[in-house]
Amino acid sequence: MPDAAGLELIRGEIEADHAGAVLDTGFEHGRASLAIAPEQALAVLTWLRNSPGHEYGFLSSLHAADYLPAEPRFAVHYELLNRDRVERIRVKALLADPGEDSLPEIDSCCELFPTAEFQEREVFDFFGIVFRGHPDLRRILLPEDYVGWPQRRDFPVGGEPVTFTYNEKNYG
Amino acid sequence: MRERQLRARDMLRGDLEGDELERYVEEKVVMTNFEKMLGWARSNSIFPLTFGLACCAIEAPISIVTARYDLARFGAEALRASPRQADMIILSGRVSIKMAPVVRRLYDQMLEPKWAVSMGACSSSGGMFSNYAVVQGADKFMPIDLHIPGCPPRPEAVLYGFTKLQRKIQGNPDQGWRARYAAEGTEEWARGGPRSAPSAEAAEAYLAARELIRA
Repeated sequence: MPDAAGLELIRGEIEADHAGAVLDTGFEHGRASLAIAPEQALAVLTWLRNSPGHEYGFLSSLHAADYLPAEPRFAVHYELLNRDRVERIRVKALLADPGEDSLPEIDSCCELFPTAEFQEREVFDFFGIVFRGHPDLRRILLPEDYVGWPQRRDFPVGGEPVTFTYNEKNYG
Repeated sequence: MRERQLRARDMLRGDLEGDELERYVEEKVVMTNFEKMLGWARSNSIFPLTFGLACCAIEAPISIVTARYDLARFGAEALRASPRQADMIILSGRVSIKMAPVVRRLYDQMLEPKWAVSMGACSSSGGMFSNYAVVQGADKFMPIDLHIPGCPPRPEAVLYGFTKLQRKIQGNPDQGWRARYAAEGTEEWARGGPRSAPSAEAAEAYLAARELIRA
């Protein structure tokens, strides 16, 4: 686990190779995280995986989050692990919402980490984030003909109101 | 016991006569009609489908066949692993929208007369899962004969529900579910391909079979 100072060193090293890639760093609950620009995501991941002395060779999880009132709205999280030193680092690629008719896009890291294939499909399934260069980007858990991206925060909760008298009286 | 055996021997020999014979017949014979007998036989020889959807499956198909609750007391111990051989399907748990077509297909594959039991809050109404993934009540896509409330229902509740279903069967309802729930004419033929529509003969045979059931 890089500590707060180590994280700043990593940031400096990445900045030297890829200017403007790292937007921010965070260190909460003993976990280091880098916020990066989505265009540079693949470059930063490659750098973290291959640079001597870092070598985060294992992608333990890839997931997304929707921070709706915040801007940019989406973030794809890459949880990287170095299995020799048992050090973890979280990389957040911040993605803006391009609007109603188009989906946010980011480069796929399947070439780099083959395990990302299903996880990127799952993120696409629930958040509608398109991974450019993914070999087979289609829905994985929801039915193939499902419409909408249900884990987004502005997706209606759904279901049906149950007409108990209590509900009628209080929520009309 | 010995006395009864002796009387039965007398009866078979033809030694019983008059009042004695009348009494013997009244003791030994139950009068009923064929439909009641058939309903009695049907209700006591139900083959449930081995089928579980979620946590309720621990309570229904698993618990109630164990020695503690013993569904065999009601003549339903033979769980069938194929819908073609089963009479009853228990929807034990929430039905997700991806599972719903599968459940419906299983139900359609069962032979008439067939019975569907929706067990627990989830399959009856969606329960606590008011979200994008769960069907809000299984009777949106298939006919349900019996709802058992609970989250999950205790095995006793499932057995009570099962005896209710037996009562229903003994009442001799319409044996085809479309007739039972006034759903005739809602048959769906597979659409979209060149061979999807039924041939004229098939449609005719189907109508004839339906008339036969009604008669």
